[in-house]
Amino acid sequence: MEDIDAIAVLQDPVRRRLYEYVAAQDHEVSRNQAAEGTGVQRTLAAFHLDKLAAAGLLETESRRLTGRSGPGAGRPAKLYRRAAAEHEFSLPARDYRTAADLLAEVAEAARLDAELQEAARRQGRALRGDDRPEGELEGGLEAVAGLLASRGYEPRLEEDEGGAVIRMRNCPFHALSQRFPPLVCGMNLALLEGLLEGAEGVRVRMDARPGLCCTVVEESKNNED
Amino acid sequence: MTGHHPAPFDDHATTVDDHAARFHLAQLNLAKLKYPLDDPRVADFVAWLKPINEMAERWPGFVWRLVDESGEDATSIQPLGPETIVNMTVWESQDALWDYTYRSGHLDALRRRGEWFERPTRPMQVLWWIPAGHIPTVDEALERLELLRAEGPSPRAFTFREAFTPADVEVPAA
Repeated sequence: MEDIDAIAVLQDPVRRRLYEYVAAQDHEVSRNQAAEGTGVQRTLAAFHLDKLAAAGLLETESRRLTGRSGPGAGRPAKLYRRAAAEHEFSLPARDYRTAADLLAEVAEAARLDAELQEAARRQGRALRGDDRPEGELEGGLEAVAGLLASRGYEPRLEEDEGGAVIRMRNCPFHALSQRFPPLVCGMNLALLEGLLEGAEGVRVRMDARPGLCCTVVEESKNNED
Repeated sequence: MTGHHPAPFDDHATTVDDHAARFHLAQLNLAKLKYPLDDPRVADFVAWLKPINEMAERWPGFVWRLVDESGEDATSIQPLGPETIVNMTVWESQDALWDYTYRSGHLDALRRRGEWFERPTRPMQVLWWIPAGHIPTVDEALERLELLRAEGPSPRAFTFREAFTPADVEVPAA
């Protein structure tokens, strides 16, 4: 299926609601969970979930939810999660991805980490200016989460050993960060540092974990670090 | 680099078949220090070594790492001179090494590599498959690196960005 066809599958509003619900979960969901989470009738939800899977936007797996096996365990449930494949469509045709790969390859070879981080920090500040003319961001982690969501990071407020933190489920630079991790993750951190400079009592630092963005946002205690 | 939108590394399994049990991944990484190890400008790097090495040993899929007589790290193993740091490890899979290198506290140190290390002008890291149980020697590792530098990535000496599986080693492409 072409990217444009996959994207077109989301035109149906019910289907789009189901896709967004499944994509927002950090675990696989059953038909019942998706139906309840979106308020869509179960049979209709199952129909649309399978359309999304056929389009390659969701991936499926069959598993028994109870942990039982053998006779009497019941049929395995069909579970859905967002597919890892990326879809994009541009008119007129554009290919920024190839350009980004090439630029990153050269920046990596030339070890332009420091220069890239400085440019990213400036860009973060500029983006902040667009969203908040006064440069201030009040409201602590909740407000920061809103800002990060608008930039595609899929933030989640969580409780960590040290208190409330924001972890991000999506890396907007995913494919590049997989190919050039120190370069691109360092760039991402600097970008977020610039973006969050005006956010009182909040700091971002690198805390890479499998399957998540490389950074975490947390409340800074007293003095900044 | 191949085609449009190559699958990111973590999205394709390295080995799910029995190759995984019979082969381990060996890794050599050289880094040329800008300043001597006792220079304050590399003090943060030196301070990182112990926690990062300890984290490696606890990381899922870790098999072995090169240490000198100190038993702590390999900083006194200097086949290429005192300014070149030698790092050598063995892992159960490429995913295990990748996650440790780039999805742990190790990444925070890599972000600052430019402060401590000279800019490399040729490949400094090489990966290759070894039979499980084999412990590679430094000479063997340096040979693999030379092979990578001379001939580019191949099943016998490769990189994260252009990787090969144990199956590639067993059945070389005709």
